[in-house]
Amino acid sequence: MIETIFPNVDLIKAWEKTIETLYMTGLSLLWIFLIGIILGLLLFLTAKGNMWENQWVNWIIAAIVNIFRSIPFVLLIVLLLPVTKIIVGSIIGKEAAIPALIIGSAPFYARMVEIGLREINKGVIEAARAMGAKTSTIIFKVLIPESLPALVSGITVTAIALVGYTAIAGVIGAGGLGDYAYLDGFSRKDNDVTIFATIVILLIVFIIQFIGDYITTKLDKR
Amino acid sequence: MISVQNVKKIFQSKSGKITAVDNVNLEINDGEIFGVIGYSGAGKSTLIRMFNGLELPTSGSLNIVGKDIAKIRGAELRKARQEIGMIFQHFNLLWSRTVRENIAFPLEIAKVPRSKRKQRVDELIKLVGLEGREDSYPSQLSGGQKQRVGIARALANNPKVLLCDEATSALDPETTDAILDLLVDINKKLGLTIILITHEMHVIQKICHRVAVMEEGNIVEIGSVLDIFQNPQESITKRFVGQVIETEETKETIANLLGKFPQGKIVKLTFIGEAAEQPIITRLIKESNATINILQGNISQTHDGAYGTLFIHLDGTEQEITTAIQFLRNHQVGVEVVAND
Ligand SMILES: Nc1ncnc2c1ncn2[C@@H]1O[C@H](COP(=O)(O)OP(=O)(O)OP(=O)(O)O)[C@@H](O)[C@H]1O
Ligand SMILES: [Mg+2]
Repeated sequence: MIETIFPNVDLIKAWEKTIETLYMTGLSLLWIFLIGIILGLLLFLTAKGNMWENQWVNWIIAAIVNIFRSIPFVLLIVLLLPVTKIIVGSIIGKEAAIPALIIGSAPFYARMVEIGLREINKGVIEAARAMGAKTSTIIFKVLIPESLPALVSGITVTAIALVGYTAIAGVIGAGGLGDYAYLDGFSRKDNDVTIFATIVILLIVFIIQFIGDYITTKLDKR
Repeated sequence: MISVQNVKKIFQSKSGKITAVDNVNLEINDGEIFGVIGYSGAGKSTLIRMFNGLELPTSGSLNIVGKDIAKIRGAELRKARQEIGMIFQHFNLLWSRTVRENIAFPLEIAKVPRSKRKQRVDELIKLVGLEGREDSYPSQLSGGQKQRVGIARALANNPKVLLCDEATSALDPETTDAILDLLVDINKKLGLTIILITHEMHVIQKICHRVAVMEEGNIVEIGSVLDIFQNPQESITKRFVGQVIETEETKETIANLLGKFPQGKIVKLTFIGEAAEQPIITRLIKESNATINILQGNISQTHDGAYGTLFIHLDGTEQEITTAIQFLRNHQVGVEVVAND
């Protein structure tokens, strides 16, 4: 069946490329989640009227976040080539895309984290302070649990964007389905390969969306 | 005893300085239910928030649980806060936690071991009457039930003081009464001091022992609730008392009654404390030869006795009427003749 519609698709290779895409997405997502939450918390906590109010720190983090969020991803990869070379030791292959993926998406996620935190009812934070909670308790027992649906739906959106970024990275040599579609499909004029890779990417996106939505609704008790 | 001395709070804002609390002095006894009433913007929330250091005074001292809350910081302040419970107008529960988990939160903060937490939460759930709703989320509760969770949560670490910031303002009248009853019950059972702020005189009348009236950051009048009701001095206080005893309506009524009863005398009786409980009118009817007609009355129960007004019509000879009025005066009832003749 697959052979007749997609004569040029090598299923074993396609599978390997899918795994590469999932690997790049998954590993960078883990880092993005961590970095995004830390930056988002810092943005929130240092804002006016909050626990660590500090105009300068807030301004600096906001500036960094905004700059990296604004650089087009393709340019970011190119700009980061020297850094990638040092960290990863190579500028091609699935590992090589990861620094660019993290740096390109973490600021985007940090903003979403900040927005999620700002939606928390201020009164709840105040109630926790009135009970004698310290800041770390407020972070782990109030801020994160109370914004969890927003954090999860934010990471879902980020993950979907990330799948797209891995495809772009693939074209410039990072491996994964983008690389497969470009080199084996487009370059050799085997359009069926391109279409096949696209379908797999779409499937991955749909599955991420479905899982993300499911977890978000499960978590939301409001 | 709680003692607040020369407390002042000035907020800096873009449009200049705002003096939210302007030199407040207060002494609140242990085990007392103390009310602060005032209109919006009077500085009530700012004042009560200084009691647990959510807001720091610009100057002055607040001795709450044996410490000057305005001076302590860090771990010492957090420890002190565990001895001061607080409930809020909008409950401020964590939506992500069940009733049980919400009540356990202050226990987690106080590092109470897990095994003891469960037992304490069960006690509190029983105290506030939420049996059967332990595993509900706040979104599944009514406003009254949410405030019960708020109260249980505030009491979890056995505080000495309970602060209530407009705790019933988001509730309907019946639920308000139920929550107020619960507060009185807790005050009696646990002997803790309750400080509540409100803009509803009904709340003050129903449960407070003493009340302070606040206007533009100052306490303009303070006293026992009964005294304030009988003898309000400031015009703002009179307006608050009027919330409960409709003086406007009464004026119309008097005009109305005067028209209806051209003969005899209409007398306004003011009952003070226990007098309202005694069957004075029954005795008057028995002992007097005047004809006595009860026209209309309004008796309010305050914490330490009833306060109220009653309009009666006295008819008969001059002598009979005078004797009847004298009888009432002798029984510690305020008497005011409102009828012309
Ligand atoms: N954080 C703040 N910054 C600046 N001004 C403030 C702040 N908090 C309160 N104020 C001002 O202080 C005054 C008293 O406010 P407060 O909230 O204490 O009044 P309130 O008596 O509790 O009123 P309400 O019944 O509306 O709650 C108001 O003029 C208010 O605008
Ligand atoms: Mg207020």
